Amino acid sequence: MNRTLRRRYLRDRVMVGLVGLGTAAVLVPLFFILYYVLVQGIGALDLAFFTRPPAPPGETGGGMLPAIAGSLVVDTLALLMAAVFGVAAGVLLAEYPDHPLNPPLRLVVDVMAGLPAILMGLVAFALVVRPMGHFSGLSGSVALALLMIPIVTRATEGVLKLVPWELTEAGLALGLPRWRVIVNLVLPAARGGILTGLMLSLARGAGEAAPLLFTAFGNPYLTANPLEPMDTLPLKLYVYAISPYPDWHRQAWGAALLLAAAIMAASYLARRAFRR
Amino acid sequence: MRKGILLLGFLLLGLAAARPVQLNGAGATFPYPLYAKYFAVYHQQTGVRVNYQSIGSGGGVRQLFAQTVHFGASDAPLSDAKVAEFRKKFGTDPVHVPTALGAVAVIYNLPGVSAPLKFTGPVLADIFLGKVRTWNDPALARLNPDVPLPPLPITVVHRSDGSGTTYIFTEYLSKVSPAWKQRVGFGKSVSWPTGLGGKGNEGVAGLVRQTPGALGYAELIYALQNKIPFGSVRNRAGKFVAPSLESVKAAAVLNDFPADTRVSLTDTDAPGGYPISSMTWILVYREMKQNHAVKSREEALALAKLLWWVVHQGQVYNEPLHYARLPEVAVRVTEKNLRSLTYGGEPLLR
Amino acid sequence: MPDWIYRRLGDRLFAALVVFLALGVVAAALLVALVLYQGSALAFRTFGFFGFLTSQAWDAVRGQFGAWPPLAGTLITASAALLLAFFPALAAAIYVVEYAPRWLKEPVAYLIDLLAALPSVVYGLWGLFVLVPPVRDGLERPLFTWAAVHAPALVPLLGPPTGIGLLSATLVLALMIVPYASSLARDALALVPQSQREAMFALGATRWEVVRRVVIPYARAGIFSGVVLALARALGETMAVTMLIGNAVNLPYTVFGPAATMASLIANEFTEADTDLHLSALIAVGFVLLLLSLLTNLVAGWMLRRLARGEGRR
Repeated sequence: MNRTLRRRYLRDRVMVGLVGLGTAAVLVPLFFILYYVLVQGIGALDLAFFTRPPAPPGETGGGMLPAIAGSLVVDTLALLMAAVFGVAAGVLLAEYPDHPLNPPLRLVVDVMAGLPAILMGLVAFALVVRPMGHFSGLSGSVALALLMIPIVTRATEGVLKLVPWELTEAGLALGLPRWRVIVNLVLPAARGGILTGLMLSLARGAGEAAPLLFTAFGNPYLTANPLEPMDTLPLKLYVYAISPYPDWHRQAWGAALLLAAAIMAASYLARRAFRR
Repeated sequence: MRKGILLLGFLLLGLAAARPVQLNGAGATFPYPLYAKYFAVYHQQTGVRVNYQSIGSGGGVRQLFAQTVHFGASDAPLSDAKVAEFRKKFGTDPVHVPTALGAVAVIYNLPGVSAPLKFTGPVLADIFLGKVRTWNDPALARLNPDVPLPPLPITVVHRSDGSGTTYIFTEYLSKVSPAWKQRVGFGKSVSWPTGLGGKGNEGVAGLVRQTPGALGYAELIYALQNKIPFGSVRNRAGKFVAPSLESVKAAAVLNDFPADTRVSLTDTDAPGGYPISSMTWILVYREMKQNHAVKSREEALALAKLLWWVVHQGQVYNEPLHYARLPEVAVRVTEKNLRSLTYGGEPLLR
Repeated sequence: MPDWIYRRLGDRLFAALVVFLALGVVAAALLVALVLYQGSALAFRTFGFFGFLTSQAWDAVRGQFGAWPPLAGTLITASAALLLAFFPALAAAIYVVEYAPRWLKEPVAYLIDLLAALPSVVYGLWGLFVLVPPVRDGLERPLFTWAAVHAPALVPLLGPPTGIGLLSATLVLALMIVPYASSLARDALALVPQSQREAMFALGATRWEVVRRVVIPYARAGIFSGVVLALARALGETMAVTMLIGNAVNLPYTVFGPAATMASLIANEFTEADTDLHLSALIAVGFVLLLLSLLTNLVAGWMLRRLARGEGRR
């Protein structure tokens, strides 16, 4: 084996090592995080956590019931809004590519995808909280929806474009009007990918706390009314984490574990849906 | 599809269900442990829900002006300019309802030192100005000759949010240190020459608790509940006083108690008084209809009754949480103020 | 109804509905810009746009506000985090696509995606309780005490060794964007056609040479866009940074010391700004953040087009 060849093989070996090292550098701390969240959080997820409202600071025995319920309400509303607008935008981009609205829409979606979450909170405050006169779960949902729409749009457009043209052709050949073809043939074919987009956006929205600081505001009482201020898991996590109370820290870990588990489930379902 | 309809139904049910009266308030973190207790007990007794978010006194005032809350809470009374602005904007007065008296403790984290440390106002000002940087600085050693102070750097911790506690603390520093008054001044939010910012009393206590060598300020209850050491401060009478229920009560010398209850208790010369004490207030609109957050007479009445309860029956919860009760004169004046609350011109309480 | 009405009307209505909703999206984005612009008007009028951008003051008592300290904090933390994260992210992506055995590909990719989706507050929580103590006791303190004795000139540069500050915030930020950048890079690498690799192997290249000379250049555009997206994410990251950066609105002169980013500043002070000027200054900071994001996007788009053009095909 001549010298250059040996050198090339050596370099190959070295690079494999470096790549492996880099991957380890990624995976090890992340395993660390998951481990900590699991170990610290599991002890906090008792019955009280799921069924009781928060106790005054310094007292033990409280739980996160209002925050869990609040998360469900706020996130569901946000998902509904994001689904309606996001899927429609995706349909426009993919199925009506010559429509003049496309270039501005595309630009807008690209830009919004990169905007920090807290700005959406600012906007929701000005557009919903101010006119309404009080904080509400609804304003939080609006802020989250603004975050989620670009994700849904991108996923929808992407997967709609993957649907083979033959399907549309066949539908049109059978005499179906264009809108029927989209609604009854193309969209169902892309169902899995759209669901993936929705799940991914939900995972994103459910974990955000920044936009909710001055929209949903927080509430120690259980309420399902989105017109009232609400608490959510990430918001509660933040407030508890920066406090000095050890019991609140314990509950914060529990909330972290719950959130991580929920997101893990959503991501898993998203992958399964896409496979279909 | 079916699940979607179920979910929608659940939401609509939540909307339609007869809701108990819910009052929203926001503001100071200084009295938050006390208010959380008040409102939990009040809810048990009357079913009225009070949602209080401790976002800082600055936030409380802001949200009251923005009319997104029924009441605000602040440890810093509104300044004359702010009161004038309120009157001009809303056509009615802001009413200050005192609820308790508390102490701003000087908390610290000094590993290996268990004895409580002594501070003076000027030395504290110098620490927060960044002039005194290490724990074994002669200024501190002079005050604490019997304590072995380590050469650890002092990590100053202050509030990162708009805070009445900051107002109380900086007002005190401005009174005792001309250098501080000139360089920084006082207010709910100041330009700190040095230090880390924590969010809320909770954030500051949390940071001090976790950082060896840290020094900060927080309401007494936060130090006690979390077993964070705090020091004594020399008052104007020359005595070193530690913050406690008694020393706060002693500082509450209310000779000329104003009708609007706006009073400052810092830098007291009462012999047993703690020099960084303060009253804390709940703020409401005198004519409640002017506050768009108050949606009905029912809500206004509930709020007025809540406040009446707080200054009377609620006071029993103050002392177990190390806040002093309101002195008699404060209660009398406040009763008069509460009776002046109206909705649509009609008084709420008789 | 006659068939042609059903078709025409149906098509028209459906298209109108879709357009209407899509318009809503555009309107929403315009509203974002409008709200931020209007809200910041007062601050910009008072201080001037460039005056505000370059001013170092942030004093609510005196009514002086300037965006430079949080802007500097944002730029420093985001770029430092990106620098730290870039190589591990790329390495992990290369590993998953090129080197990992088939049974390992799926789980590792899934794990990395999961971590990319983990909420910011969870990273913040972990950082606060697990990262800060060792950084403080194992890194900052020893360094500080060493410098205090041997190199006192360095001490003001280092800052107070509290564990909370630029260093911890940057570390956690890097940790947050690694999985994100990695999954984006992985998508780009996976798109490279197998035929390209096979051709190189046929020419006798080693594994690494294939990666370096064909796969990466081919996926260059995608990797770059992934990097930019990761940068955009780092610029706007709020919760974890707010919990770890120490929230002192001063210029980040020191390595260990506290600082603030634009996002953390808004998060901390928004509900409590009690003067109109203070509130407007905060919204103005938000506006600057918006401009920064837009700028990043534009530069990325431009570079992407240049890279893609240089590729020949496509």
